[in-house]
Amino acid sequence: MAVPKLEQLSKSVVQGPSLVTGAVPTKDWMDVPAIFKPGNYAYPAKQEKVEYLNSQKDLNFPNAREWSPEDDDWKLPEGWQDIILKGLKERLDKFRSLKIFMDCCVRCGACADKCHFFLGTGDPKNMPVLRAELLRSVYRNEFTIGGKILGKMAGGREMTVGVLKEWFMYSYQCTECRRCSVFCPYGIDTAEVTMMLRELLHLVGVGINWILEPASNSNRTGNHMGLQPHTFKDNVDFLAEDVENLTGIKINHSFNRKGAEFLFITPSADVFAEPGLYTAMGYLLLFEHIGLDYTWSTYASEGGNFGLFTNNELMKKLNGKMYAEAKRLGVKSIIGGECGHMWRVVHQYMDTMNGPADFLEVPKSPITGTTFNNAASTKMVHISEFTADLIKNNKLKLDKSRNSHVKATFHDSCNPARAMGLMDEPRYILDHVVDWVEMPENTIREKTFCCGSGTGLNTDEIMELRMRAGLPRANAVKHVIDKHDVNTLSTVCAIDRATLTSLMNYWNPGCNVAGVSELVGNALVMDGENRQELDEGLRTLV
Amino acid sequence: MKYAFSFLAVIALILIAGLGSQVPGMQYLFGIVIPYLAIMLFVGGFVYRVIQWAKSPVPFSIPTTCGQGASLDFIKQDKLDCPTKTSEVVARMFLEIFLFRSLFRNTKSELHDGPKITYESSKWLWLFALLFHYSFLLIVIRHMRLFVDPIPFWLSAIESVDSMLQIGAPTLYLSSLALLGGIVLLFGRRLINPQVRYISLNNDYFPLVLIFAIAVTGILMRYFLRTNIDIVNIKNLAMGLVTFSPVINVKIGAIFYIHLFLVSTLLAYFPFSKLMHMGGVFMSPTRNMANDSRAKRHINPWNDPTIKPHSYAGYEDEFREFMVDAGIPVEKELSATKDEA
Repeated sequence: MAVPKLEQLSKSVVQGPSLVTGAVPTKDWMDVPAIFKPGNYAYPAKQEKVEYLNSQKDLNFPNAREWSPEDDDWKLPEGWQDIILKGLKERLDKFRSLKIFMDCCVRCGACADKCHFFLGTGDPKNMPVLRAELLRSVYRNEFTIGGKILGKMAGGREMTVGVLKEWFMYSYQCTECRRCSVFCPYGIDTAEVTMMLRELLHLVGVGINWILEPASNSNRTGNHMGLQPHTFKDNVDFLAEDVENLTGIKINHSFNRKGAEFLFITPSADVFAEPGLYTAMGYLLLFEHIGLDYTWSTYASEGGNFGLFTNNELMKKLNGKMYAEAKRLGVKSIIGGECGHMWRVVHQYMDTMNGPADFLEVPKSPITGTTFNNAASTKMVHISEFTADLIKNNKLKLDKSRNSHVKATFHDSCNPARAMGLMDEPRYILDHVVDWVEMPENTIREKTFCCGSGTGLNTDEIMELRMRAGLPRANAVKHVIDKHDVNTLSTVCAIDRATLTSLMNYWNPGCNVAGVSELVGNALVMDGENRQELDEGLRTLV
Repeated sequence: MKYAFSFLAVIALILIAGLGSQVPGMQYLFGIVIPYLAIMLFVGGFVYRVIQWAKSPVPFSIPTTCGQGASLDFIKQDKLDCPTKTSEVVARMFLEIFLFRSLFRNTKSELHDGPKITYESSKWLWLFALLFHYSFLLIVIRHMRLFVDPIPFWLSAIESVDSMLQIGAPTLYLSSLALLGGIVLLFGRRLINPQVRYISLNNDYFPLVLIFAIAVTGILMRYFLRTNIDIVNIKNLAMGLVTFSPVINVKIGAIFYIHLFLVSTLLAYFPFSKLMHMGGVFMSPTRNMANDSRAKRHINPWNDPTIKPHSYAGYEDEFREFMVDAGIPVEKELSATKDEA
């Protein structure tokens, strides 16, 4: 599916008849069916991936089959309505958030224009309130007195194939970024609603490949990319060699080493593809700089967790490797690399699901002696927290001028910002390694805009949607490019590094995307270095 | 035309009470039986709903962090928007519940050629909501004078502040005007803002129209339709209701029964509608939890400890040869596994 030209899309976003540009649809939203055509849906999961996941203990991914969203018949299982409604009942009993969020919305509309998907597409069902109404209408009809008696009069509707198709379309046009939840007077979090919708859809075999394939890879090989242990090691070794070529510093790193002080886990994308590679080189340099006793793991070689985008059981199962490996290797604690949704899982879910990690110690920096009490129970510290502490204690030799080719801005990734409160640590690091400026106030920190492709939506067949959804982010970057000649968008998220690169190439060509740790790596002055003239830092081709 | 249904429904309610209460003997139904039923439904329904919510656990700690969290000493925590202590959570909730802090953040996005998106602060909804809720609260408090005797000092004080402009006789209450204004603005917003209009349901228009009718009948009763409206008689009935010895031995004007019936409808409707946001706002997990999930373990009652990751042993079994070739340490050497085989 070809992506429209920049001029076309620019015009279409602003002038196309949509609710965001002032054109009011004539039909009630309940009467507008979801119509699938190439480019507006992510490909369904391959049969063998669903079969593999379903074959795993504890997991339930039924109804593996070949199907297409464009077909009238989705080959749903016998009695699928009952499966969905029973699944909904079960989840209402398990999650107070779901019940409260179904009952309390007053449809004030404060969330409507806070969603990047709505701003970019103008599709009414991308207003968070309406996205939730897709489920709420069924909830009302089946589980509330008013809805049972009055039906449509009270905003209820039957669970039909049409409704199910709508769920599929719009739960995969939401990146669970939680921006709407910041503005909602009751804190209604569409992420909670979308997660439930996706869980329910999996019960009848409706899911997308871009999520289930990485998830099954991660289960088997330890990482989303499906890198087997020797390949994973090779990739990291290559990066270490690159670092040596650039700086003359030999990197001492290890894999699956028992007795190391720290286990280091980062998204596998960082060792697999540009521009994440440079961030990984930054990690290697940083740990070498301070002589950290740490190990990589090939078994727990994935920080990210696409289980978060499918269901609770898979999330828990994939996440379990982190503690299992930390225990097996006998490390003291875990350091986690830069990633968005990984940190949502680590910060808000991991300890609850797979703790208590009583075989680990509260993370303590061996260099500065700082104890990270904010991670006292989880025993896992964020690389930005770890690095900021090193800088504060003057333990890093930094030369900011080595980043003089960079004028940066900083993108708060959704999950660190809105599900963790990690905002100022990366900023503190940036202050010390690079010249940088903030984007406009309403687009940063807790009000940050998603890259538009999170939660497993960074697949190429929906590129136009992604470019539309990423527009608010790209537009804020453009503002600082025009005003301050920014040339680099920095971030602490691996998905961002991939997706923002596509987004910048489309909307703001010439703007690079870099991990904060890459910029740290650029600025580090290493003992015994034999550094060439690195005009582009770790990206310099030698 | 969803709002038209709401008007029709409220007009029907007014006719039922207006005509019905004039049938001899029916005053007992509208003045005593229905108010009792309504109160029972309200209290019972409210409690039921809250218990239903409370029955579902909060499996994960999911606060929406709206500011810097507690981390290193030199990083300043935003204690209100990213609380870690209970006192900080209470402060966050207080501002949310009493000042609608999240609505205060509201912005309006606009798309311009370029494309260029702008976000401007937009406080109208916050202002309308405050106006509506606080004037309604004040009016409810003022009505307490009907149910207590003697009238406490603070209640009289509130009344005198509320009528401080000293307009008309009886004096005009500011809260009455504010409530009407708040309703008209919120209703108008629903009609005029295309996004809000598109999402609005009967469930959204009906309570506004109903409360509007309650306010209007109250104002009519106090200032205009005063035939057979004697505050002493009404207070006698109200006192009788709260002391469970209600009597109606004088004629009270139909407008009173209409007002009372509409209020009864609102009470009965409340627990089964979105108006339950009044209770729900206290229980929203994204707002009422501390952001301390890495420092303290949050317990999920349905956590299934039997769910284990794909084991390391299984992983090594599958990839052992590659691992050994690549020099990655293994638990079982190749020879050892061959021996076993």
